[in-house]
Amino acid sequence: MRWMIGILLLGITTLVVGEPRGGELFAAHCAGCHGDTGKGGVGVPLSLPSFLESVDDDFLRKTIRMGRPGRVMPAFRAISDAQVDAIVRHIRSWSGKPEPVFSDKPRHGDAQHGQQLFVSYCVACHGANGEGGTGTGVTFSRKRDLPIIAPALNNAGFLAAASDEMIRHILQFGREDTPMRSFLVQGLSEQDIDDLVSYVRTFEQQQQHASGKSAVTAAESTIWAESSYTLEETIENLKDAIVSQNFILIRQDTLEHGLVTEGEEDPSQVILHFCNFKFLFEALAVDPRVGMFLPCRVTITERDGKVMVSAINPLYLSRLFNNSELNEYCKKMHAVYSAILEDATL
Amino acid sequence: MKKQLANVILACFLVCISVLACAEEIVITRSVLAFPEAMLALQESIRAHGYTVSRVQRIDVGLTGMGYKTDKYRIVFAGKIDEIRELTKKAPQLTAYLPPKISIFAEGDQTVLVTINPRLYADIAGDAIDPIIFAHWESDLRSIFHDVSMAR
Repeated sequence: MRWMIGILLLGITTLVVGEPRGGELFAAHCAGCHGDTGKGGVGVPLSLPSFLESVDDDFLRKTIRMGRPGRVMPAFRAISDAQVDAIVRHIRSWSGKPEPVFSDKPRHGDAQHGQQLFVSYCVACHGANGEGGTGTGVTFSRKRDLPIIAPALNNAGFLAAASDEMIRHILQFGREDTPMRSFLVQGLSEQDIDDLVSYVRTFEQQQQHASGKSAVTAAESTIWAESSYTLEETIENLKDAIVSQNFILIRQDTLEHGLVTEGEEDPSQVILHFCNFKFLFEALAVDPRVGMFLPCRVTITERDGKVMVSAINPLYLSRLFNNSELNEYCKKMHAVYSAILEDATL
Repeated sequence: MKKQLANVILACFLVCISVLACAEEIVITRSVLAFPEAMLALQESIRAHGYTVSRVQRIDVGLTGMGYKTDKYRIVFAGKIDEIRELTKKAPQLTAYLPPKISIFAEGDQTVLVTINPRLYADIAGDAIDPIIFAHWESDLRSIFHDVSMAR
């Protein structure tokens, strides 16, 4: 009771009275992905001078609020405006320079010509439809083709956060220490750049609202199958089914293994751990947070004479990641789990 | 009366937790420690919070051979046996998610920890389980992550 009152008071105090400093908020909400000094990781490097010189505070604020649907960066809707401002000030403090100022007036160009330029100059990194590069963040630990992921220009969050002037500035001057080069240096004219901006803006009309959220509800969080075999038979069937799906059986444990002394474990709850390393490596390259799915496993339980097999539903978990690219792997893994359960229990 | 008051406080507590932690269905933190030290700090803190580390699973066999720059990726399973038994009995739909786990991997010379927010387990368990257990887990998890992120 006392601890509840204590935490309640702490929560109310935090919500009502105190506004933590930007550094503390950044550490709590952002550093996990972007690094404690903004050098990047799962998230892109925010402290890069050429990044901070090319984005205004409004872009940062809107990005925090809206995130990037389907592109890992979540939308932080619950924190206050003051807290968002504090985080933005903290990020800006790394620059040591004043915020760049961009007009919010739209640029007018020839989008059709812009499309031609986009195909010639942008598609290689940003994708044919402006969908951006693959994977997450920078290349500290994982295999990458580029030192920084190319942003998804067709992303609803990006389009809402970036002004025409800001996009124009980035096209004009590029971003040092990233693959983004100045288009003026590459020989394009000011008008060409306006045309490109106009084309990028047409992505809004294409309704490219990519979303990492799936419609799977908590009620479907687990894949289930009732087995018509005994516990032992079901386990053996599962081992065969796992191998037939090109996975390697790693280990058989009780669910209580390691939680109680050996011999006291409930033998009617068994877990089979398995893996397909190629699939694992590919998934890790897409999103290093996929450890939450790992290792692949099925749980077999016997209760009241009934043998049940269950596995996590990757489609349910995929919604947490806000990563459209990962969704494809979750679909594949859902199919694998379903096939294994069906093969072993029917 | 006392019970009603306790319920009101619990409700307020859960609201506070929800608001404070909103947008964090995935809980992630970073340690400036190198992987081995961060792993040690994680396991120490888990135990200090009364949980048992049931297994540490390597995920990284052959990673460097595949072009990765790190070979340090582990999954740490932990729990309390009484709670695990209660949950598997009353909410079998949660069994596939148990015991709870934390992913820990090297990111450059630092270490990143990631896990599911335990609040999600309450959604899966539904009415079968008093959500206070998951509120406890979340509170403990945040405290554990805080310990690791502050360890030097």
